[in-house]
Amino acid sequence: MSTDRRGFFKNIAAAATLAVLPATAAEAREKKVPPSDAVGMLYDTTLCIGCKACVVACKEANSMPADIDGYGQGLYDSPDSLNQYTKNIIQLYRDAGEESFVKKQCMHCIDPACVGACMLGALQKGKYGVVTYDVSKCVGCRYCETVCPFNVPKFQWAKVAPKIVKCEFCKERLAAGKEPACTEVCPRKAVIFGSYADLLDEAHRRLKNNPGRYVPKVYGEHELGGTQVLYLSHFEFEKLGFRFQQDESVPHLQQSVNHGVYKGFIGPVALYALLGAVMFRNRGNSEKES
Amino acid sequence: MRTQAQPIGGPLLTRGYIVLLTLAAIGILLILWRFAVGLGASTGLSDGYPLGLWIALDVVTGTALACGGYAVALVVYIFNKGKYHPLIRPAILTSALGYTIAGASVAVDLGRPWNMWKIPTYFWSWNLNSSLLEVALCIMAYVFVLWIELSPAFMEKWSVDGPPRLQRVSQRLLPIVNKALIWIIALGMLLPTMHQSSLGSLMMLAGPKLHPLWLTGWLPLLFLMTCLAMGYAIVVFESVFSSAAFGRRPEMPMLINLQKIAAWGGLVFIAARLADLAYSGNLHYAGRLDLYGTMFWIENVLWILPLVMMLAFPRPTLGSIFRGAMVVALAGALYRFDTYLVAFNPGPGWHYFPSVPEMFISIGLIALELAAYVAIVKRFPILAGRTLGA
Repeated sequence: MSTDRRGFFKNIAAAATLAVLPATAAEAREKKVPPSDAVGMLYDTTLCIGCKACVVACKEANSMPADIDGYGQGLYDSPDSLNQYTKNIIQLYRDAGEESFVKKQCMHCIDPACVGACMLGALQKGKYGVVTYDVSKCVGCRYCETVCPFNVPKFQWAKVAPKIVKCEFCKERLAAGKEPACTEVCPRKAVIFGSYADLLDEAHRRLKNNPGRYVPKVYGEHELGGTQVLYLSHFEFEKLGFRFQQDESVPHLQQSVNHGVYKGFIGPVALYALLGAVMFRNRGNSEKES
Repeated sequence: MRTQAQPIGGPLLTRGYIVLLTLAAIGILLILWRFAVGLGASTGLSDGYPLGLWIALDVVTGTALACGGYAVALVVYIFNKGKYHPLIRPAILTSALGYTIAGASVAVDLGRPWNMWKIPTYFWSWNLNSSLLEVALCIMAYVFVLWIELSPAFMEKWSVDGPPRLQRVSQRLLPIVNKALIWIIALGMLLPTMHQSSLGSLMMLAGPKLHPLWLTGWLPLLFLMTCLAMGYAIVVFESVFSSAAFGRRPEMPMLINLQKIAAWGGLVFIAARLADLAYSGNLHYAGRLDLYGTMFWIENVLWILPLVMMLAFPRPTLGSIFRGAMVVALAGALYRFDTYLVAFNPGPGWHYFPSVPEMFISIGLIALELAAYVAIVKRFPILAGRTLGA
């Protein structure tokens, strides 16, 4: 047994080495910044009247089918949340006399979890920092859905050859020099399109010029590493369904650890060499005793 | 490698075996149906819980229970305990079957499985940040490695009494495989080290959706530790089971030692986990007796129980180590299941419970695995040792 115990402690030593690696590497990963050509949206709850023109425009621009599963009772398009038929939605928050509309679509994170998750890069941070989807590289694993802190990517559950459905910032319209369908149609300019930097300035200008009108922060400036869709709200963001207020991006922890362990693939190669060398030294022994 | 392993022999189609085959057939029919109707109609999965039973049970828990080959290979080849060699073939067989079934589960679970071939071949598209890519590539490679590791068992038999062509091929290939085996086995230890830890990394990316009692930078290490403990436990479990089912004499002293490793491993696991939580300041969540705190403590009790059982009954019997191994396997299974499903909270309004077809597909695949195990040990030289009373 004594030798087993020694082996056991060797295991612990090896495990401890593995554990120290991520700890030392954890600070090495730099915070991601938006690309220089980053575009964005700015949504302002105090301006939105809930007309849902943006929802209709989004469906038309993206040729999305009507969602007749819900309140519409089979008669009219009536999605109640982002889903396999809906890339953009206006929701209503109502509680004890408080009311606010809120628009939901992909946040186009600066450091997106879905892009970190996707095996073959079907989801990618493309031109203008837009998170795009390429079905030819998608195996339908739904890991993007698992990791998205905003629950944005949706899966075509009803289909035999399902795809991921999410807002791609009307990337074809962008390429043609147009703005996204939702910002274009908004009659109250509650959601506006622009360069990320300009929109951030505009958001801070509104906060400064209208003290007391808003919760004093721009959601998406820092939250979850920053998002290219920015929000101003007159109610706490948690109430509008933004669950997480942390500044750290979702991929930060996982990639810090993985970059430490897998840096240059040296770790695995060294481990393989070590295993092979120890086995080579021990060769013959297992046959002898068997 | 020379071996004392012998086929068990005996009739294949016993009554129990027919039950297994029936369950497997039901599972396979349901899999065909799942591809005809899609995932929405056949499962309880949703956009909130996009990963369910097939991933959490068949892949995440199933491959850990299939780490017997990995765990015993470490003892035999790295810690140089050649006497454990008789345990290796059955362990590799369960590993090969477990990982193959896990791969099959993934194919059933994927929305677009016809794109699977792109994962190993589209190397210019590889997202090297993706833990799932690493898991996928490693598991694919490991399934091949395991069957190569096992191939001498088949070729030893075929080179004696196979059909003429198979006999010639086996006779020619067997020495080549035996010579290369050392490097293949080394690969067979590297790959599980990588993907079993990456199964932990995978849920790090769930970030704030994962409860703080489970979310930690140590997830890869904790997953590696659990798969080793579960690997040793499953070898004990399987050896005791085989000895009972096929009337073999169990390798008692070795099994007792493996169970010791598994039991002490449980203590190390808890120590590491609690230390990490204390360091990160998240330990206070364990004081809340909500669903999460309760599950956390159930896991911990299960992890410590085998050691308590061992110390309380210092004279191990076949029954006591069997029960101990079962508890270790259960502890590891629960920890992994919790990390993927219970501790994962996609937000209000989402619920998941597997559908009946989902469960029967899992059951069917496990039945298929058991049926293949029984068929192979009866026909090929896998199990060593003497027949009881012979």
